[in-house]
Amino acid sequence: MSDDMDFEEGGAVKKFMFVNRKAPYGTVYALEGLEVVLISAAFDQDVSLAFVDDGVFQLVKGQKTDGVEMKNFSPTYRALEGYDIEKLYVERESMEARGLTEDDLLVDVQIMSAAEMGDMMAQQDVVISF
Amino acid sequence: MLHIVNKSPFDTGSLASVLRVAKKDGGAVLLIEDGVYAAVKNSATEASLKAAGMPVYVLQADADARGLQSRLMDGVNMVDYGGFVDLVAGHDNVQSWL
Repeated sequence: MSDDMDFEEGGAVKKFMFVNRKAPYGTVYALEGLEVVLISAAFDQDVSLAFVDDGVFQLVKGQKTDGVEMKNFSPTYRALEGYDIEKLYVERESMEARGLTEDDLLVDVQIMSAAEMGDMMAQQDVVISF
Repeated sequence: MLHIVNKSPFDTGSLASVLRVAKKDGGAVLLIEDGVYAAVKNSATEASLKAAGMPVYVLQADADARGLQSRLMDGVNMVDYGGFVDLVAGHDNVQSWL
């Protein structure tokens, strides 16, 4: 295959944000979103993940899915760091409304207010919602 | 940022989340598909849209399809498909809320 099929080196890096707003197992959105995030890691873009509304439940510690015969994909969030995806943002209002604190989350995140989350979204080149 | 909502506010919380999170400065809301129900006059959501602090747009074809032509609140801006494109092109970025 010729070189011109390669992705351009040093091309523009865009800011991508993936917004997660669904709980993990009731629908397939959370898992599919995570797959897309992992794919995006291959393209050396500026990737961040936002957790809003029920999306916060994706990060709860101690998920155990044997009984429902579904894949527990929660450990994957801890692996994102290895793909240079380190910007994980959680909206405080959503977290607190669900009775959760930062200690309940299985990965280090940056907690921010709704207003700060809105500012963060407005700065992105591309926002994809799951 | 243009925030697009396509679900009824009586069915899902996406509009409420937009109104909570969205940055007002430079922000706008576009209601399409079942999202247009949020703009019905005298509905439970009318006041929250009025207080959105951002311009609110409604896709005419979706409102018409649902019989809402003369049932929408004052203060919303009706757009056709061309207007939809103009809104997307006229904002720095777009978020389609699921």
